[in-house]
Amino acid sequence: MTKMASTENKVIISALYDDDDILLKGVKSVKAQGYHIEEVYSPFPIHGLDPAMGLKPTRMAITAFIYGVLGLATSIALSYGMMIVDWPMNIGGKPSFTWGENMPAFVPIMFELTVFFAAHLMVWTYFFRNGLFPGRSAQNPDPRTTDDKFLMEVELGRKGSKEELLSLLKDSGAIEINENSK
Amino acid sequence: MFEFTGKLKTLSIALMLIGVISVGASFLMGGGDHHGDASHGEHQTEATAEHGEKHAEGATHHVEAPNRTYHKTASRATPEHNHFDITQAIQTPAEKIHHQQENKPWANLLVNNFFFLSLALGALFFMAVQYAAQVGWSVVVLRVMEAMSSFLWIPLTIMVLIIAAGMMHMGGNHLWHWMAEGIMEEGNVHYDAIIAGKQAYLNNPFFMIRTLVYFLGWVGGAMILRKMSLSLDNGADPAATWKRMRNISAGFLVFFAVTSSTSAWDWIMSIDTHWFSTLFGWYIFAGMFVSALTVMTLITIYLKNKGYMPEVNHSHIQDLGKFMFAFSIFWTYLWFSQFMLIWYSNIPEEVTYYMARWGEYKGLFFTMVIMNFVFPILILMSRDSKRNYGFLITAGIIMIIGHWLDVFILITPGTVGGEWSLGWTHIGTFLGFAGLFIFVVFNALSKRALMSVNHPMFVESKHHHI
Repeated sequence: MTKMASTENKVIISALYDDDDILLKGVKSVKAQGYHIEEVYSPFPIHGLDPAMGLKPTRMAITAFIYGVLGLATSIALSYGMMIVDWPMNIGGKPSFTWGENMPAFVPIMFELTVFFAAHLMVWTYFFRNGLFPGRSAQNPDPRTTDDKFLMEVELGRKGSKEELLSLLKDSGAIEINENSK
Repeated sequence: MFEFTGKLKTLSIALMLIGVISVGASFLMGGGDHHGDASHGEHQTEATAEHGEKHAEGATHHVEAPNRTYHKTASRATPEHNHFDITQAIQTPAEKIHHQQENKPWANLLVNNFFFLSLALGALFFMAVQYAAQVGWSVVVLRVMEAMSSFLWIPLTIMVLIIAAGMMHMGGNHLWHWMAEGIMEEGNVHYDAIIAGKQAYLNNPFFMIRTLVYFLGWVGGAMILRKMSLSLDNGADPAATWKRMRNISAGFLVFFAVTSSTSAWDWIMSIDTHWFSTLFGWYIFAGMFVSALTVMTLITIYLKNKGYMPEVNHSHIQDLGKFMFAFSIFWTYLWFSQFMLIWYSNIPEEVTYYMARWGEYKGLFFTMVIMNFVFPILILMSRDSKRNYGFLITAGIIMIIGHWLDVFILITPGTVGGEWSLGWTHIGTFLGFAGLFIFVVFNALSKRALMSVNHPMFVESKHHHI
């Protein structure tokens, strides 16, 4: 898309469904016609929705690995600084005062901090990527999707014909179709 | 239908031949009653001479307390004589070395036999879990588990033979030190008060009875489950059979929970008779399970590569990979839990076990942990690698060698001690057992359809998708 085009208002058609299987079929048929799906709102995760929508696989796993390594490094630095350098500690009657020879004693904290860093930083990363922070207004266009309905937002695009898309959505089993622009 | 012919069959028979030659050669070279080589003969005469002396002393006063030596810094303590074991000190050094040399072929046999037993038993356990929990996803690989568990009776028979040889002191089998003559008789030169205290559990008849009970329970369980699974192919009522298999499996798992622990104490922990660990059974189980899962994955990949089992998709393979990954970590967790507490508390009775392993086996000891922990965790961490045959096979081979080394380090220090070696007889015996395993397992696979199509969860498993 050119810069000009992105400043234009996008025409978004949103279709409401009352069954996740019908929604999934709808997503597939809309995608097959070459339309871009902006977003799908659902009260629960739907198996197979991500690949059907054409979403890229999450990179969360990579961040988790990096955070785990960071936690491991922190725990090594922490145990070395505190137990060996700053205040040499006699561990279990083994007065060697080296990190390497006392390493088994530090394994539990190394494990815990690896898990702690990976888990907590992943939560914050998730919040950050989704723009979730206290006071943020709800992004959900239709509150019924927090209960038992499913909403698909399709971008009409410049080449698409509105009539064609509307009939496509209707045929796919949508119970309600609305037009709005962003 | 899988056909077991051609290259694989020839290979398995060739491997079995290598195994027979290796076992034969190992007995001829090192152990048994063979006293051919000169140094061996020397040990023998020396041993009998000193033995006689001891007898004379023993008549007048009790055997003196063994001489234990510690290094000054306890954390680095290395026993002056490799085997920091009170009982060993009662034997003369020459006698001890002689026994250790005689043990070498037996220890080799036990290591390989136990490793391959664990493959079959781990698969049987996993299969029982699938039925007891009425698992859906795994139905397409059930027949692989069935075939693996059909191997179980062979290593168990060999185990009975090894134990019988030990009890009769045949062929220089001194694997289980507590079986030594006079060790539980007060006043005997070989008397050992600590071992005598364990007589109620560690005595020949009860030991053999337990092994036979494991034999009956495990082989029986495997046979019943396989038979019922076959009956599904032949038109038995799927729902009723499935429900009965669930109950039988649940019962089997209770039996297995107890016997997997006690068999580990019997066959492996009682080698280091003085020492004990309360989580030993779990530790052995973890190694057993992860080796079995690895071999199960490799067999599935092999069959799939050959064009069989089109029903197995990437999700099944990824799930098997997850099990390999998870139970590698579980094994490490138990290994470390046992090691760390003993290392930290540093109590002489307990720490002997690791002293023997740090002293003579340090290189192997750490290599084994790296192979069984670092490699699987790094290779199999990502989702993509668990769906990639190359990654799975690489990790699988490393894990099989690693867990074989684990069994080696469990058994060898207590039986062979400083006389150990790791050479072509070990590799040959391993290959021989592998040949036997391939022959029996793939033969069993060719005997029935690879898919249990009448299993109530078959369709669910076929559409398994994650």
